[in-house]
Amino acid sequence: MTTLAPGDEAGVVDAIARSRAAGEPLAIQGNATMASMLRPVQAAHVLSTRALSGITLYAPKELVIRAGAGTPIAEIEAAVAENGQHLIAEPPDLSALLGSEGPPTLGGIVGANLSGPRRVAWGATRDHVLGVRAVNGLGDVIRSGGRVLKNVTGLDLCKLLAGSHGTLAVLTEVTLKVLPAPETVGTVVLTGQDVAAAVAALSAALGSPYAVSGAAFLPADAAARVGLRGAATLARIEDFAASVAYRTERLRSDLASFGTAEILDAAASRPLWHAIRDAVPLGAGDDAIWRVSVRPTAGPEVARKLAAAFDARLFLDWGGGLVWVAGPDIADAHAAVEAAARAHGGVWTLLRGEALRFSAAVIPPEPAPLAAITRRVKEAFDPRGILNPGRMYAGL
Amino acid sequence: MVRLPDPKPETLANRDSLVAGLRALLPAGALIADAISLKPYETDGLPAYRQMPLAVALPETTEQVAAVLRFCHLHGVRVVPRGAGTSLSGGALPLADAVVIGMMRLNRILDIDYADRSAVVQAGVTNIGVTQAVADAGFFYAPDPSSQLACMIGGNIAMNSGGAHCLRYGVTANNVLGLRLVTIEGEVIDLGGAHLDAAGYDWLGLIIGSEGMLGIVTEITVRILRGPEGARAMLAAFRGNGVAGACVDAIIGSGIIPVALEFMDRPAIHACEAFAHAGYPLDAEAMLIIEVEGSVAEQDDLLARISAICARFDPISLKVSASPEESAAIWKGRKGAFGAVGRISPDYMCMDGVIPTSRLPDVLGRIQEMSDACGLKVANIFHAGDGNLHPLIMFDANDAESFHKAEKFGADILRLCVEVGGCLTGEHGVGVEKRDLMGVQFSDIELDQQRRIKSAFDPGWLLNPHKVFPLAA
Repeated sequence: MTTLAPGDEAGVVDAIARSRAAGEPLAIQGNATMASMLRPVQAAHVLSTRALSGITLYAPKELVIRAGAGTPIAEIEAAVAENGQHLIAEPPDLSALLGSEGPPTLGGIVGANLSGPRRVAWGATRDHVLGVRAVNGLGDVIRSGGRVLKNVTGLDLCKLLAGSHGTLAVLTEVTLKVLPAPETVGTVVLTGQDVAAAVAALSAALGSPYAVSGAAFLPADAAARVGLRGAATLARIEDFAASVAYRTERLRSDLASFGTAEILDAAASRPLWHAIRDAVPLGAGDDAIWRVSVRPTAGPEVARKLAAAFDARLFLDWGGGLVWVAGPDIADAHAAVEAAARAHGGVWTLLRGEALRFSAAVIPPEPAPLAAITRRVKEAFDPRGILNPGRMYAGL
Repeated sequence: MVRLPDPKPETLANRDSLVAGLRALLPAGALIADAISLKPYETDGLPAYRQMPLAVALPETTEQVAAVLRFCHLHGVRVVPRGAGTSLSGGALPLADAVVIGMMRLNRILDIDYADRSAVVQAGVTNIGVTQAVADAGFFYAPDPSSQLACMIGGNIAMNSGGAHCLRYGVTANNVLGLRLVTIEGEVIDLGGAHLDAAGYDWLGLIIGSEGMLGIVTEITVRILRGPEGARAMLAAFRGNGVAGACVDAIIGSGIIPVALEFMDRPAIHACEAFAHAGYPLDAEAMLIIEVEGSVAEQDDLLARISAICARFDPISLKVSASPEESAAIWKGRKGAFGAVGRISPDYMCMDGVIPTSRLPDVLGRIQEMSDACGLKVANIFHAGDGNLHPLIMFDANDAESFHKAEKFGADILRLCVEVGGCLTGEHGVGVEKRDLMGVQFSDIELDQQRRIKSAFDPGWLLNPHKVFPLAA
């Protein structure tokens, strides 16, 4: 399998045109950070966007940055940090977790719609994609959105392509909204809660007027991996220094009925939330990894069921609504994840499972009427099925 | 007048049997077919365009919506979904051979879940109705279009509506977790739910803002948010559009994101002041309304920081509200802007372009030149934080020449928005109003890609076939 890494968009068009003519599928990647996610792709070649790298527009006063799809996220973060700004959805770097080389690229993060802890308050990566350029399976260059913060002109292909895992079109350039980075950060920590009490406390925190921007629960083993002693219930406040001081204190007092809380300062908070973002509390291993997205108050029950079903390592983010879980790469474990997610109206995503990914439903199957629409939408972008075939659903 | 597709002769010829068939699917009184009762449905918030529909169906349940769509699909009848009919882009404009499906009877709030911070509402619930239902618990629904007293969540979904607080809280697409969608075949599909990230393709992102072309949404799971401890506004008046724009840049550059940042030009200030007596400075060329949130001490701190920034731009006046009453007075003129312009002109058209914020002074200058050249007055209201510009073009609809001039003036403004790097519409949608300008922003290849997506949902092009895309020649 050869890897094509064209240095410009015309090269992407050319690679797709050749593959289309030859009927040879392409595996679409940036730096392959997330290659272990979802189903394996049977492809003749790899088409990587890693050489489409570099920031092409940055207007800090207008809160927009545009870069080639292959630009490392870290490069974009560094550029905006120089102007006191940040990426709103706090995209994770999962290369350590997944054992991949990385670093994650803009196209990879947007293509997988991956977001970090701030997602609970400030939206997902897809919420901040203002514009895209992409090449569909016909070799057409498609633009959607633009460089302005509000835009409802035509169908929103920015959101459709975000999270489409390279199966509809190859992103070549993305424009993101950015915001001023908060002056400082603080964290209210409750220690020793069980998962049910923890999520109740996080619901109270997120239902407070203090603009909590991170809400996670780490069981004792997960907490130990990030240097905390005992199960940790964590609520983050990011703002001007006086506001963080005031709000963390108010939150500590509001949460007093749940237990005695401590407040972590910025020096302790920043690395902690960085680690949660990158799923460090899950620990190392080569077993299977899932993310389960459910209504936040269902998080404890999902966690309880999974812990009972197999030897699970897990922690909760997004106020209980995101359950990170690692466990054996076997069908029984996957069945337990599926059942727990379904029981609460939620969804699962298989991030790694070298055995499972060949056979399991890596994301929930769609009901027949929606699956028919999915097939027709795929055909609307990629009628020959040459872009990442089979990555999300078998036979598509 | 906007061009509409030719009616299907067989639909018009079979009108009586189609009406009878639809009537049999609905409760008594839920199918309207007589000319007098149909009249209110011939237009929406863009009354310059009118077209009587074939019939109007007013279903009360998702099942009835599905039954009507199945029937229309079977008989090849076109369908126009409608919420409150407040669209400013002709989004609810009927067709002579179309059944309008009015969603106003699906008006119940089905569930409120504070612990999960979500609520399930039917499509015909008004925007303000959601906030009112959760206000006692201190929560709110963030998108707040100017029409929020009347407009319905279903219509907000269709247009991906925004409002004055988008800079902080996002637009509709950022505040919806789940949808119940009825396809043209009458299939009921649940998308998303009460969880944050769905798996699979981002159907929510595609459906929201698709202007009723992909299906009809009957139920919506919205995010509800806990409100801040308080909010307060200030008003800053300047000697020119340029300095006011530079002041906006400086505020955002300082790291403050106010929850609202509204800009009004001189004609807008005068119109609103005459209408609302809000105490706006009549000697100003431009005015900003800036709102911040938090505890009283936090508000004081932010307003002091912002006042200090404004002071660097030679303001004519700065007025920081000391109470909720004073904040309400500052907002009163802005919120009444449409009524205010309606009072000084027989008719007005509200445009909705978006520009990179740095281009504001230049764009306002060119809009004034266009106004001078065509002889029609214009007042500009601008969501300054996010670049969404609302020029209100004043004209007389009883004067055909005035109307045509206004249409051309509006189109020229939108072309200018695209030319400077912006877009045709920020929150009102394309509808029929901007349909024929889509080629200014998109290539034929791009429009064809979008059309193929519509075809994937609606192969027979029965759902709103005359909206968003230029008609085939």
